[in-house]
Amino acid sequence: MRKLIYILLFFCLISNAKTITVGRLYPVKTIKQAIALANDGDIIIVTQGVYKEENIIINKKIKFLGKNFPVLDGQNKAEVLSVAADSVVIKGFKIINSGHAALDDPCGIKVYDRNFVVIENNILDNNFFGIYLQNCKNAVVKNNTIKAYGKQEQLIGNGIHCWKSDNLQIIGNKISGHRDGIYFEFVTQSVIWRNISSYNIRYGLHFMFSNDDSYITNVFKGNGAGVAVMFTKNVKMFNNYFEENWGDSAYGLLLKEISDSYIFNNRFARNTSGIYMEGTSRIKVEKNIFEANGWGMKIQASCMENEIVNNNFLGNTFDISTNGSLVLNTFNSNYWDKYEGYDLNKDGFGDVPYHPLSLFSVLTENNPSSMILFRSFMITLLDKSEKVLPSITPDNFIDNKPLMKSLPL
Amino acid sequence: MNRIIKIILLDILKNKIVLTYTLILAALSWSSFALEDNSAKGLLTILNVILFTVPLVSVLFSTIYLYNSSEFIELLLSQPVKRRKIWASLFLGLSSSMVFAFMVGAGIPLLINAPNSLGLMMIIIGCLITVIFVALAFLSSILTRDKAKGIGIAIMIWLFFALLFDGIVLFLLFQLSDYPIENFMVGLTALSPIDLARIQILMHLDVSAMMGYTGAIFKDFFGTSSGLVISFLLLCLWAIIPFFISLKKFNQKDL
Repeated sequence: MRKLIYILLFFCLISNAKTITVGRLYPVKTIKQAIALANDGDIIIVTQGVYKEENIIINKKIKFLGKNFPVLDGQNKAEVLSVAADSVVIKGFKIINSGHAALDDPCGIKVYDRNFVVIENNILDNNFFGIYLQNCKNAVVKNNTIKAYGKQEQLIGNGIHCWKSDNLQIIGNKISGHRDGIYFEFVTQSVIWRNISSYNIRYGLHFMFSNDDSYITNVFKGNGAGVAVMFTKNVKMFNNYFEENWGDSAYGLLLKEISDSYIFNNRFARNTSGIYMEGTSRIKVEKNIFEANGWGMKIQASCMENEIVNNNFLGNTFDISTNGSLVLNTFNSNYWDKYEGYDLNKDGFGDVPYHPLSLFSVLTENNPSSMILFRSFMITLLDKSEKVLPSITPDNFIDNKPLMKSLPL
Repeated sequence: MNRIIKIILLDILKNKIVLTYTLILAALSWSSFALEDNSAKGLLTILNVILFTVPLVSVLFSTIYLYNSSEFIELLLSQPVKRRKIWASLFLGLSSSMVFAFMVGAGIPLLINAPNSLGLMMIIIGCLITVIFVALAFLSSILTRDKAKGIGIAIMIWLFFALLFDGIVLFLLFQLSDYPIENFMVGLTALSPIDLARIQILMHLDVSAMMGYTGAIFKDFFGTSSGLVISFLLLCLWAIIPFFISLKKFNQKDL
């Protein structure tokens, strides 16, 4: 009997949900008016048009849907859309021109301390911050296109900024022109999947103090400084593309103080440095492709117990470089296209160990301007003799079982 | 003038050494592209050929050829032809035949296997290096009458630019590493045609590394179009200046 009452009550609630349509031709003309009229569980449908209402606050559990991408224009004054209720769905809007301010970070869409918010299929253009999740749980940010035209790091915010959150899903977004494409700080148990983050001013993905996250099948291309993952443990990085991150301190992937993570099946192509590691430990780097980078991997001497296994190093200027003589990492069964050994017993592994560290990469590490002598005959001679009799480079910096053929990855 | 060039050109093209040079270049280039699975490594081999073999053969062959044809030159001088013309046509004949040999030997495989800006760049630079070292050979052969001495000077020139110069640069780099010497280093490269050529090719071949901090200063100069024009002009000057010095000396020389 009691169950029946509950079910009846449930249906009553459902049937109570009403739909409010906003538009020029409808009785409700403005979005703020519609939100004021709505109750929890209602649906607001906004029809096509330009709505110049800055600071729209959604403080009820509603579905907020756009029809044919209505434009919400912040007129460069303030935040466009603020969410202050659980389980809000925002779908199908074009949100443009949020204000620019350093003190209160106005955003395209900002969610304050809420759970189960869904932000899907929106276009964000020329906002200070794109989507900002502050202290949220179980939020979904999906298939949004986020674009900005930042010129300087200090004058633009991040595309998707997540702070102190848990269980987020960032899926299928396209982000460009912001400071950091995706920014994670104190975000745990979250997934970043199938995003394209390109041509942002600083990092494509910036990751700090965010444990137990994974990012899978993303493309990070042409960002000012690549991707940074810092002060974190248990991160999984699978199937990502890190491409064309060129410049002064640009890295395909910057790892700083990371532990117990797994880097699998990624592709690092045409970066100044493919991976830069500093203070990382217990990381497994497996089945990745390093192709046409300036430096395949830069492993600082502060790294330990990392395993670099079964990777392909193809056409990099330098495969590996390091800044000290201490070697606490293992290299095994990688394919190095610069390997010149032989395989007499035909087991697929070279019979002589490979020294991935060339003399010249050590020289340039100490004295960057010596790059001017690269590929000079003199240097080639020195490099060859160093390979035979290591004196400057650490002699235990070796791959004992270099592969003879590249792995089909 | 045209007739003198024609005579020299035909004479050199029939020469067995030039023929072997062409064949060796061709064998090296074709095999380096065929043996390696990616064309980048083949390009590296050809880069080494351009920086090492091409200068050596150009400078040595031209010096020896000039000494051997001293009687022919004397014969020409007895004719009513200007000295200037004789020397210039000798230079044009020699350098064009060496360039021709380079184009046939290395240029064709480059065009077929690497038909991009890098391949084109290597061909142009290879030709320029050839002409530069022919000009240096003219200078070394006019400096002394003694054949052995002249060839010695030619070898020394080659050795200096191919090996010693880089050694000096490396030494300076590490001695002066506490000072901001990057601009100075860029200036220093202008003093060696082989270094100029190498860095131009490096800007294309190792673009990812050169875009980094180590290459930034060089990128700012050599990577820009004005840097490109300047370094090509410098390479041309490296061909023109030695030749004009030798021409001046030839005009005044008592043969």
